[in-house]
Amino acid sequence: MIPSEFEYHKATSIQDAIAKLAENDEAKIIAGGHSLLPMMKLRFAEPPCLIDINGIEELRGISVEGDMLVIGAMNTENEVLNSPLVQEKCSLLTEAIKLVADPQVRNRGTIGGDVAHGDPGNDHPAIMLALDAELVLEGPDGKRTTPANGFFLGTYWTGMEEGELLTQIRVPVREQGVGYGYAKLKRKTGDYAVAGSPVYVKMNGDTVSDIRIGLTNVGPCAFRAEAAENLLRGNVITDDLLKEAGALIIDACDPAEDLRGSPEYKSHMAAEMAKRAIRQAIEDARN
Amino acid sequence: MAKQHISFNLNGKQVDTLVEPRELLVHTLRENLNLTGTHIGCESSHCGVCTVDMNGQSVKSCTVLAVQADKTEVKTVEGLADADGLHEVQKAFVEEHGLQCGFCTTGMMMRAYRFLQENPNPTEEEIRWGMSGNLCRCTGYQNIIKAVQTAAKNLQNANKSVETA
Repeated sequence: MIPSEFEYHKATSIQDAIAKLAENDEAKIIAGGHSLLPMMKLRFAEPPCLIDINGIEELRGISVEGDMLVIGAMNTENEVLNSPLVQEKCSLLTEAIKLVADPQVRNRGTIGGDVAHGDPGNDHPAIMLALDAELVLEGPDGKRTTPANGFFLGTYWTGMEEGELLTQIRVPVREQGVGYGYAKLKRKTGDYAVAGSPVYVKMNGDTVSDIRIGLTNVGPCAFRAEAAENLLRGNVITDDLLKEAGALIIDACDPAEDLRGSPEYKSHMAAEMAKRAIRQAIEDARN
Repeated sequence: MAKQHISFNLNGKQVDTLVEPRELLVHTLRENLNLTGTHIGCESSHCGVCTVDMNGQSVKSCTVLAVQADKTEVKTVEGLADADGLHEVQKAFVEEHGLQCGFCTTGMMMRAYRFLQENPNPTEEEIRWGMSGNLCRCTGYQNIIKAVQTAAKNLQNANKSVETA
């Protein structure tokens, strides 16, 4: 399978990529290409022009700025996975990436591409929601920072404006009392999630003082289980309360039927993944 | 669409060729450079039979554009053996019978070659995780895992004898 014809341009800097996006109508950015190229082979996407941002050094690097961990959009999954700084400051990313795709795909696929692509099956959007991340976008009108919450609008539809490029991901570094959990059900290595759930909790003794529950691949885009979060926030988590939260999560899901299962099955699995991740997160906060 | 010139190091030799932007690296290797050891399987980055080494990393060459290989170093299965004979990974696949039909084998060996440099002394679980991007429909994987274990042992012994020599 070979994609249909396109022009290929290699961008040398962020500014160069933005200029090339402006010059070429309907051009697409290619990052790792592990979502885009398969779609192009199947003719689900036929961009007349690709702008390759793999050579842009300023899109790499991982650092800490104040209380934020700053990850360049073009870090590959394996670069984030193998970063001791990420492990120390935000281990949810480390644990979650172990379950993303496979070793070869993680060598090419990038965290920024995964966030910006807008596929509901991608893992990072829900993680960004659970972490309350900020996304840095640059375009012809300059640079802006937008919260991940509100960025994911639908299938292949995000808050990115035309001509913009995702350049950085900023996640709050782990504070005292914070715990993370991640559970993902998949049929095999390399498959998209049947359902996945990253969870952030902040504990005050045995009470959950704050919680964010992300959900992957059980709606048109990643979203938070807000009704369940509201039920759990401010409470000591019991089995009965978790069961009630699970019912609210099932109600919130709206997955499409496909070979991974029926909407009913996927919604129940989403609730189960979230419950497992909540338990993990509470345990993680104690350590 | 106008062809573009690319130049890269392939198995230790510099190659120059012209490619269309839409051409995938695996097609360039097989059809343009006549190295057919790299196979084409799913063509959607799942099965791993097209695995090659690019700049010291395993990649699936069905999901890399040939133009992206410009100025890189690529190693394919044809580059594994040297003047002294088969690579330890190849010998181990023979010794442990780590194949049946052989279709996935070149991808398996290229992944094992790189994986054992990333993790020279892996546990069985680490091997299964490290090789998880390569599918085999015949063996049930047992002998492939054994082959990687044997290759790990022999590579470590070879390194030790180099150090003590």
